[in-house]
Amino acid sequence: MAKVLVVTSGKGGVGKTTSTAALGAALAQLGEKVVVIDFDVGLRNLDLVLGAERRVVFDLINVVQGVAKLPQALIRDKRLENLWLLPASQTRDKDSLTDEGVRGVITELRTKFDWILCDSPAGIERGAMLAMRYADEAVIVTNPEVSSVRDSDRIIGMLDSKTVKAEKGERVEKHVLITRYDSGRAARGEMLSIDDILEILATPLLGIIPESQDVLRASNVGSPVTLNNATSAPARAYFDAARRLMGDTVTMMIPVERKGLMNRLLGRRAA
Amino acid sequence: MMNLLRLLGGRTASAPVARERLQILLAHERGLRGQPDLLGLLRAEILAVVSRHVVLDPEKVIVRMDRGKNVSTLEVDIEVPHAFERSLAVAAT
Repeated sequence: MAKVLVVTSGKGGVGKTTSTAALGAALAQLGEKVVVIDFDVGLRNLDLVLGAERRVVFDLINVVQGVAKLPQALIRDKRLENLWLLPASQTRDKDSLTDEGVRGVITELRTKFDWILCDSPAGIERGAMLAMRYADEAVIVTNPEVSSVRDSDRIIGMLDSKTVKAEKGERVEKHVLITRYDSGRAARGEMLSIDDILEILATPLLGIIPESQDVLRASNVGSPVTLNNATSAPARAYFDAARRLMGDTVTMMIPVERKGLMNRLLGRRAA
Repeated sequence: MMNLLRLLGGRTASAPVARERLQILLAHERGLRGQPDLLGLLRAEILAVVSRHVVLDPEKVIVRMDRGKNVSTLEVDIEVPHAFERSLAVAAT
């Protein structure tokens, strides 16, 4: 039974695309058959983060408009044979996405994959609404920062009212994924803590991704962090999150960056 | 060194302030969800009423809201054209 999962946040720059790539890759590495769809029409980036930017021929809009068939537009990852990408269009208008078109694509993908991960654009406009429209589950990517938490709350409200599941009186299963977390700063009271965020959003936690230079390093070379450095703190956190999505019970840990003595003395932060 | 200075300086933690501000704001915003835009509605109706008597520039009608702890204020600022000022003066005499 295929699961449609939207990775969303409201706010931009919190790590939706990075998290879609990392969770998609982690699920594929754990043996699931995964497709990741970029819904950010006009500002696509999932192809770049996955290192497939030079292999895009057709895109989501081409499929929605019937210019290309779905198998022609899907790009198979060169490293993970279970991972596929459906890129967004870079040139088209974002209004070329239609509800009916998206429904057709998702319905077809459901017959071929275990997981369909929809990478939502920022904001609450058409692209973001269509990315969540057919979702069974949602990952709300949140930074420990006031504007991100506020926008997450707004998106949670939309997941509960604007999705097909919500309209049928069912529930989209929601999870909060906290990214760019710095346990030191939280301990010093400089950053919202995990408990603060979960209490405010009243939504279960999927995982805690620490602030880490490994995340930037992975996107620099076009490889999901779970593949580029599988033993790094953020990669381990993404693997744990992927296992929880698959239904496993994994103890929640706050992964810690292994810092050198000098860095620790200087209080230097990774990034 | 920075951490040491901060400890010595005794700077207060800002996270509790963030939590409190968010809790107050979100309690308010959740209440408004699905409700019509009250400010927009007020602005449109006030504009309609005043327009029955005076020719107004819709751009010159400003509705502001300030939510305070004890008192909240709704401020309506309408700029009237010169012609209206003159007719007011005539009516007063």
